[in-house]
Amino acid sequence: MNCKGVIRELSNYLDGELDSAIKEELDRHLQHCEDCTMVLDQTKKSIEILCDSEPIPLPADLHARLHSALRQKMAKKEN
Amino acid sequence: MSAADPNRLPSSVVREDEHLLVAAAKKGNDASFEELVNRYEGKILRLTRNITGNREDAEDAMQDAFLKAYSHLDEFQGDSRFYTWLVRIAANEALMRLRKRRPGQFSLDEPLESDSDLMPRELEDWRPSPEREYAHAEMQQILSEAVEKLEPEYRIVLALRDIEELSTQETAEALGISASAVKSRLLRARLKVREKLNRHFRKGDLN
Repeated sequence: MNCKGVIRELSNYLDGELDSAIKEELDRHLQHCEDCTMVLDQTKKSIEILCDSEPIPLPADLHARLHSALRQKMAKKEN
Repeated sequence: MSAADPNRLPSSVVREDEHLLVAAAKKGNDASFEELVNRYEGKILRLTRNITGNREDAEDAMQDAFLKAYSHLDEFQGDSRFYTWLVRIAANEALMRLRKRRPGQFSLDEPLESDSDLMPRELEDWRPSPEREYAHAEMQQILSEAVEKLEPEYRIVLALRDIEELSTQETAEALGISASAVKSRLLRARLKVREKLNRHFRKGDLN
């Protein structure tokens, strides 16, 4: 497998979605290719950082608007 | 970690609790539904912001998603997590607004052009733990800028897979596209984000 082949399968590799034969081929390439190893490690780190992304706290007025719309809907349902 | 912040609770605790709240809400307990809204409003706003890339549309999409979820709660069968179901509704609301604003400008399921542009260009070592060198707010800013600058077809898939942590199949179902379309867009999105973060994290370049 060449570098392009590795990059094409990078996402599947990180998600654990590769056949064992292809994974072994990719692992063999990584043992001697510093560039692909660097891209793989940095992409993995990027995903970890994305997973840690924080929810956006709602500004008080938006929170109030949302809940007021919701209560109106709830009141209509009850009537 | 604060016990008052449900977003930081272990997912098993959230799931168990979520199940009880959903069951109560389905029986007509509106306070339980409001509790679910309180719990997820920040995450849903993050999702709609990541999809629309526009604050006003994101706020409207978030609100309409919760109102729609309330109206259609009896259709939620419990075969997925409530949050996943909510994400699908919110993703649709956000996509509708994005398509209105940018008609015909992006496609989630057309085959991608050749992969000649796939090879990473910026190859530089990163500092050992670059994310720890930034204040929390600064890191969130770097992240949201990196995501915002992606083309919509990459941003949307990345938001569902790597930020909301849906599976490939769940993402495909939420967007009405094939799993292979999700995978090809996700690969490009991840490579592009790596490249954008590289500009902040490379050695000898603290900015």
